[in-house]
Amino acid sequence: MEWTIQDELKAEVRNLNFYYDQVQVLKNVNLPIAKNRITALIGPSGCGKTTYLRCFNRMHDLYPNTRYEGEIILYPEGVNILSPKIDPIEVRMRIGMVFQKPNPFPKTIYENVAYGLRIRGEKRKNLIDEKVEKALRQAALWDEIQGRVYDLAFNLSGGQQQRLCIARALATDPEILLFDEPTSALDPAATSKIEELIMELKKEVTIVIVTHNMQQAARVSDYTAFMYCGEIIEFDRTEKIFTQPSKKLTEDYITGRFG
Amino acid sequence: MVKEMDEREEIKRIIAQNRLRDKIFWILGLLFTVVGFVVLFVLLLDLFMDGLPRLKWSFFVSYPSRFPEKAGILSAWVGTALLMVVTALVAIPLGIAAGIYLEEYGRKNFITHLIEINMSNLAGVPSIIYGLLALGLFVYFFRFGESILTGGLTLGLLILPYVVIATRESIRSIPNSIREASYALGSTKWQTIRHHVLPYSLGGILTGIIIGLSRAIGETAPIITVGALTFIAFLPSSPISTSFPFLSFKWLFDPFTAMPVQMFNWISRPQKEFHLNAAACGIVLLIMTLLMNGLAIYLRYRFRKRIRW
Repeated sequence: MEWTIQDELKAEVRNLNFYYDQVQVLKNVNLPIAKNRITALIGPSGCGKTTYLRCFNRMHDLYPNTRYEGEIILYPEGVNILSPKIDPIEVRMRIGMVFQKPNPFPKTIYENVAYGLRIRGEKRKNLIDEKVEKALRQAALWDEIQGRVYDLAFNLSGGQQQRLCIARALATDPEILLFDEPTSALDPAATSKIEELIMELKKEVTIVIVTHNMQQAARVSDYTAFMYCGEIIEFDRTEKIFTQPSKKLTEDYITGRFG
Repeated sequence: MVKEMDEREEIKRIIAQNRLRDKIFWILGLLFTVVGFVVLFVLLLDLFMDGLPRLKWSFFVSYPSRFPEKAGILSAWVGTALLMVVTALVAIPLGIAAGIYLEEYGRKNFITHLIEINMSNLAGVPSIIYGLLALGLFVYFFRFGESILTGGLTLGLLILPYVVIATRESIRSIPNSIREASYALGSTKWQTIRHHVLPYSLGGILTGIIIGLSRAIGETAPIITVGALTFIAFLPSSPISTSFPFLSFKWLFDPFTAMPVQMFNWISRPQKEFHLNAAACGIVLLIMTLLMNGLAIYLRYRFRKRIRW
C-alpha cells in the first residue's frame, strides 16, 4: 500500500522487507517521513517497530544474518541509504538515535556530548565547547546541570541521562533523529519532560519515534503509523488515526481491545 | 484434645532434631575453616622464623656462594625482574589482542568455539609441559639458547590464556547498549573499541595480567626445563650502553637464574644453613606476589568505581 502526504518529504520507505536469517520481520513496508514533523510508530510488542526504526541508521549491519530488501530514500539528494554502496557509518552520521534505556558512556557529561564531534575529527576546543553547550541547552539539560559538565554522566537521574543521550545525538546536527521508546524506562514526570522536548525539537530535526504508549503518540506526533505483524496497517495524520481510523484492526488496537 | 497435644509435641521434637543437625554442621564448618587457616598460619610462621634473620641488605646484593651466610639473591631477583619484563611484553599485547579479536571481530562459529574451549584447557595445562614445548621450540629450533628471552617467552605463553580469558570476560561485561550508542553516533569498530570497549574493560584486563604475572613469578618447573642455571654469580649485561644507541638487548640472550630456581637449589642442599636462605628467599617471593595481588585488587577497585552499568 502506498501512502501520500502533503508535507515536504525528508525520507521515504519503499517496499522494505527485512529478514533475520530466514524469518521475514518486515513485510513490504511503505512510509513517507515528513520533514520537520514527528512520525510515530505504534503497535503491539513484537510487531517489528524497533526493527523497522533500526533500518534507518543501518543498525542491523552490526549483526550477522540480517538482510534488507527495498529502499529508504533520503532527501534532498534522493539516495537509497540501504544500498550496499552506501557506508552505514555515513548514514549513522546523518541520522541520530536515542535508545530505549538511557545509555550514556561512563564518562563526563561533557565527553558524552562531545563524542560525536570527536569521532568526526573535531579538535578545536572552543568549537566543541560551543556545540556541547548548544546541545545541552537544546536538550533542556543545561540549566539543570549548570556548570557540572565535568561530572560523571552516571550521577544524573534516569530522565536526565536520557536527555543527555538526546543532547549527545543532537550535538552533530543530525538530519533525522530516531527515538526507540525513549520514555519506557522513565517515570511520568521525566516522560512529560522528554515529550515536551521532542515536540520542541521538530523545528530543527525530523523525528521518527517508536512507542507502545498510544497516548504518547497522540500527544506528540503529527503522523502515526500503526504496525501489526511486520506490516503497516494504517498511516495517516495523527488526529485522523485516533479519531476516525479507517481500518477495524487499528480501531481495535487504539481502543485497547488487544495489544 | 489429647491428640492435638501429641501432634504439637511431635513437631517440637522434629524441630529440636533439625536444630541439632544445624548446629552440628555449623561446628563442622567452623572446624574445617580453622584447620585451613591454622595450617597456613603455621606454615607462614615457620617460613618467617627461619628466613627473617637472613633478610639483611647484604642478602639482596650478594651473589650465591658456597658459604651459606655469604650467599644472596642478587642474580635471582634481577633474573626474575627481567623475566617478568619479557613475560609481560609477550603476554600483554598478544593476550589483549587475541581477546579483543575473539570477542569483537571473530564470528561466533565452530572455529572460535573450538579456540574458546582450547583456551580454557590451556590455562589448566601443567606448567612443565610448557617447559618441554619451549625447550624444543625456543632453545633448539629458534636457537635462542638457555636465555632470559627463552624463559620470558615460555612464561609469557604460560600466562597467555589467563590474559585472554580475563580480557574476554571483561569485554563481555560491557553492555551491548554502550557499543550501540557508539556505533549510532557513526564510529567505526576500531573507534568503538579504542574509546569504549578497551577503557571500560581495563580494570578487569589489568587484574588478569597481574594474576597471570604473579603465577609466572613463582613458576619453577618450566624455567628449569628451558635451562635456568641454579648457580649464577654474575648479572646479565646492562640494558643501557655508553655508546649509541645507548640501549642494548644483549641481556636477552644471557643465561639467568630466578627466585624460585634459587630457592629450589638451596633447599636441595644438605646443610641446614642453606635451608634458612631458601626460607628468606621464599619470604621475598611471597611478598612480591602479595604486593602484585594487592595492586590487582586496588586497580580493580579504582576502575570499577567510575563505571556503573
